[in-house]
Amino acid sequence: MKLTLSSSPHQRVQRDTGQVMRLVIYAMAPAMLVQMYFFGWGLLIQSIIAVSTALITEAGILRLRQKPVVRALSDYSAVLTALLLAVSIPPGLPWWMTLIGTFCAIGIVKQLYGGLGFNMFNPAMVAYVILLVSFPAAMTMWLPPVQFMADPLSFADTVSLIFTGYTQAGLDVAQLRTVADGITMATPLDAVKTGLTEGLTYSEAIQSRIFNGGLANSLGAGWSWVALTYLAGGLFLLKTKVINWHIPVGMIGSVVVCATVLHIADMDFYASPLFHIFNGSLLIGAFFIATDPVSASTTNKGRLIFGAAIGFWLVIIRTFGGYPDAVAFAVIIMNMAVPLIDYYTRPRTYGHGSRSNKRGR
Amino acid sequence: MLSVSFDEIIAKLNAGKLYDFPGGVHPEDKKLLTSQAEIQTVSLPEKLIIPIRQHVGTEGRLAISVGDRVKKGQPLTRSSHPFAIPVHAPTSGKVTEIGPHVTAHPSGLNEQAITIIPDGHDEWTSLTPLSDYTAHSSEKVVEALCDAGISGMGGAGFPTHIKASGTKKIEFMVINGVECEPYITADDRLMREHAWQVRQGTDVLAHLIKPQVIIIAIEDNKPEALKAMQIACQDSADIRVVSVPTKYPAGGEKQLIQVLTGREVPRDGLPADIGVLMFNVGTCYAIADAIFQGKPLVERVVTVTGEAVEKPCNVWALIGTPVNHLLKEAGYNPTKQAQPQVVMGGPMMGFTLNDADVPVVKITNCLLVPASGELIDEDNERPCIRCSACADACPASLLPQQLFWHAKAHEYDKAQEYNLFDCIECGACAYVCPSEIPLVHYYRQAKSSIRQQRDEKARAEKARERFEARKARLEREKIEREEKHRRAKEARENKTPAGSSKDKVAAALARAKAKRAGKEENNTEQDQSATQTDKQAKVAAAVARAKAKKAGGQQSDSKDNQDRSDNVADEKKQQVAAAVARAKAKKTQRDSKSAPDKNSAASEENSSAQSENRATDEVSTQSAEDSKKQRVAAAVARAKAKKAQRDSKSAPDKSSPSGIAKR
Amino acid sequence: MSLTVALIAIGLLALIFGLVLGYASIKFKVEGDPLVDQIDEILPQTQCGQCGYPGCRPYAEAIANGDEINKCPPGGEATIKQLADLMGVEAKPLDAAHGEEDEKKVAFIREDECIGCTKCIQACPVDAILGAAKHMHTVITDECTGCDLCVDPCPVDCIDMVPVSPTTTSWTWDFDKTPKGDIPIKMVS
Repeated sequence: MKLTLSSSPHQRVQRDTGQVMRLVIYAMAPAMLVQMYFFGWGLLIQSIIAVSTALITEAGILRLRQKPVVRALSDYSAVLTALLLAVSIPPGLPWWMTLIGTFCAIGIVKQLYGGLGFNMFNPAMVAYVILLVSFPAAMTMWLPPVQFMADPLSFADTVSLIFTGYTQAGLDVAQLRTVADGITMATPLDAVKTGLTEGLTYSEAIQSRIFNGGLANSLGAGWSWVALTYLAGGLFLLKTKVINWHIPVGMIGSVVVCATVLHIADMDFYASPLFHIFNGSLLIGAFFIATDPVSASTTNKGRLIFGAAIGFWLVIIRTFGGYPDAVAFAVIIMNMAVPLIDYYTRPRTYGHGSRSNKRGR
Repeated sequence: MLSVSFDEIIAKLNAGKLYDFPGGVHPEDKKLLTSQAEIQTVSLPEKLIIPIRQHVGTEGRLAISVGDRVKKGQPLTRSSHPFAIPVHAPTSGKVTEIGPHVTAHPSGLNEQAITIIPDGHDEWTSLTPLSDYTAHSSEKVVEALCDAGISGMGGAGFPTHIKASGTKKIEFMVINGVECEPYITADDRLMREHAWQVRQGTDVLAHLIKPQVIIIAIEDNKPEALKAMQIACQDSADIRVVSVPTKYPAGGEKQLIQVLTGREVPRDGLPADIGVLMFNVGTCYAIADAIFQGKPLVERVVTVTGEAVEKPCNVWALIGTPVNHLLKEAGYNPTKQAQPQVVMGGPMMGFTLNDADVPVVKITNCLLVPASGELIDEDNERPCIRCSACADACPASLLPQQLFWHAKAHEYDKAQEYNLFDCIECGACAYVCPSEIPLVHYYRQAKSSIRQQRDEKARAEKARERFEARKARLEREKIEREEKHRRAKEARENKTPAGSSKDKVAAALARAKAKRAGKEENNTEQDQSATQTDKQAKVAAAVARAKAKKAGGQQSDSKDNQDRSDNVADEKKQQVAAAVARAKAKKTQRDSKSAPDKNSAASEENSSAQSENRATDEVSTQSAEDSKKQRVAAAVARAKAKKAQRDSKSAPDKSSPSGIAKR
Repeated sequence: MSLTVALIAIGLLALIFGLVLGYASIKFKVEGDPLVDQIDEILPQTQCGQCGYPGCRPYAEAIANGDEINKCPPGGEATIKQLADLMGVEAKPLDAAHGEEDEKKVAFIREDECIGCTKCIQACPVDAILGAAKHMHTVITDECTGCDLCVDPCPVDCIDMVPVSPTTTSWTWDFDKTPKGDIPIKMVS
């Protein structure tokens, strides 16, 4: 037998792309369980719809592109994208919207740009924005945490709701959102946003019922617990070195700074930093979405800037924009700036002088 | 450049602190396979193959030929150039072949090599140690290092004598015993068993370089070696034995300098530019051998390891030992490998061999024979997910993934903009890559392609210049020709009206007469030869050959004479004699050369030629005959003469022909 | 009144811009024809004449004047691509009428057979052949561009075009070009 030739190094650390993606999925799992505990079976069904759509879409397009299918699917990147989308959408969303969203994420945002590693934008976030802009009503119809519902949805009810639009009892999502005493339950961010536009002060707005049973008095019931589990998952990712600390620290730090400045400027109108962190999708965004390696900055300094800029946009859009939450928008905006950030944050190479002459040949 | 001051560094060293380099990885070191057993000796192989170039630089000139018997340590090539380092016979035996042989290079292509069949006696040639090196001038010691064939044994194989004879002021001389590559324990064992010799070699280098501080750096996963070196150096206050934290590639020259001094070697610069010089411990050992024993570099420690050998160990391998001999000695078990594979060097930077006949060379520190599953078995490249784990691992703070994109897309300009050539190919990036991309391979391809493109560009430029020079020349010649024609025409026109027709007729008659007379003269001279047959011409040619050979011999004789007369006091006399000898030789050669060309020249030379040249003259006389055969014979004679002259390589080489003529 | 102002204003503007343009045309004057130089830079300088022009520079001039860019077999696809980029035209496959892309070769004179006719010396566009009348000739390998022009004139056919074999320094990490051996295993009985 002939000797085999290969190029050094001949040794390799035993962690491939599939393992990295799986670790991220494991880190998400507890938060998903908590989310299901508070918001019912919807997430499970949405996840199943999203993951299967993602895998089918990816396989189909890879086949069209004549690329190896099984190898690409086994890297779990499509599964991860699908799960990120599933946790971002309301659990009662009609099935075909989830399907469209996932198809956009995998088919358009990822594969049309050349597949894994070539997409400029975070697929899950673009899909989320497409859905949000196309179906604004449905995409904001979050069911309240089960503890506020008169009778929580059974599994069969949830299936029926997602696939037909009505529970077995014939209730639609809008009716389900109306809790016992005739008040529509909003998400914490929605509640404050609406409260403020209705002339309430911030401290009055957080008296809304949704804040009963949260981590603290300005933190939404259910929501803040989910956020806390995402934080734990994120710390696990940091510990296992799947992600670097730069993006989460930059993002959360910048949110804290921006929110504090605003909050101190006018406590009646601007929410506290704690409110921003534990409500909405900031923590999942900081640890699981903005850290998507493909669409994030690749230098350490660049990552800090990237994260900080996302945090900045997040506070700006949440506070002054039309939408209650802004992780998706902020991430997409900064995805566009990544090449620029990368270009200007190149580290100084060994043996080279100051960075001012780094481009000199 | 970011320069850390000397005092700062010393203060930090005194405090037992070190700097750090960015990135780096911690591969499983697997050194226990071989680190516990003593260095063994192996049996003589059936043959030894010594590539004549084993270092960075040019090859030496061959000093032996096929069929020669050589003794152990006898130089096989001689240095004729500062960057040429001789190679030596690793054992006594017979030179059986000089020619291309597969060599220790990743390409597995052939290079010039000398094959020696050992006679089994292992008999040393006479050795001339220089033990009292402090009593000799540095030039003498440096020369001894060069003659012993010592080049860096750590990796690149840079000629040691060039490093040691630099003129820059050196603050730190670093002896590199880090050995950060997994599996390899050659330096570790060497330090444990021969610490004192390493110390002696260090002393020799210190004598030459006169550094302010000497640092012996050893990675902290080798406590025994550290201890041994500390004991060996305890009497010297100048030498610091420093334990370096284990992290790959801490043993890289640039990285180790950064760890110890916090300084960075400027790009396009050398360590000497920042006052640092680095030598491998193996090199120090070889230096001690060369200076105190007079032994040239003919053997080195090689780690033979991996799970596919039954007895992984360190061995003293003669330079030139074929790899398969060492594998056999270590108990290579082919059943443990799915595909045969041998890595020369460590798993991070070593290269796979394409032939088991590849010889051990001066920079070979390890042979790694992995069992299946021990190292990477298959190529499983996936798309880059831009995770930049590679950038975190890069010790040179490069952006490996940008380099990868550009290298893959053949955008070499951009790759260079991202400092491709600052990559030290340590492999840390590819080691951590979750997509299992052979990053370093892409860089190497890009680098070699860029180099090739540069060469091609230079060649094209040269071709263009030559083409243009030729065009200009042709143009010039054309103009000159036209000018000549024009002048000739003018001259004709001027002349014609001046002379009367009678004059012309007279002139023509005179010309004809003169011509006839000339012909007759020639005829009488060549009476004999004109009637000669082809056979005779051949005979003459043979005679000419013999004479030419003789003339060549005489030439060398005269050189010998010259050499001998060196001892004679009368220098002038000797010079005259030499000049005469040279002139003679030259004439012989010129005669044979001019033979086919001009008869007149030959006759002219006839008168002044010495008696021993008569035969050649005969040829030249005969050559007036216009037969093709004879011309061929003359050409052969000329070739022979040329060869004879080349063999003796004496007079014509030294002095210009015009000089001879004048003298 | 306003008409006069307008006229004066426009006149002034015209004057200013005229001066600027005039200055620019002097200051940024283009010397010679850099395009030809740029094209010449890309061409491989084999001077082989396979394009139908007597050398690379004449072909460069022809390209600058609108000739096709696919007539250079020694340069091959890479050169065509570079030329296409430079000229802003579509890259097209090599025109087979001018020859095919081949591996790099250099001329080699079988010296025993050479009769010293100097014909190849005259044919060589880069003066890479050494020799004199009735003396054996030889090729300076480093200078030879592999143009093939010396092969035809040779009356005794003693010139070969020899492919340049890769050396350890010219090897570009292409393992396919490496001959592979095996580990001879001696069975211990």
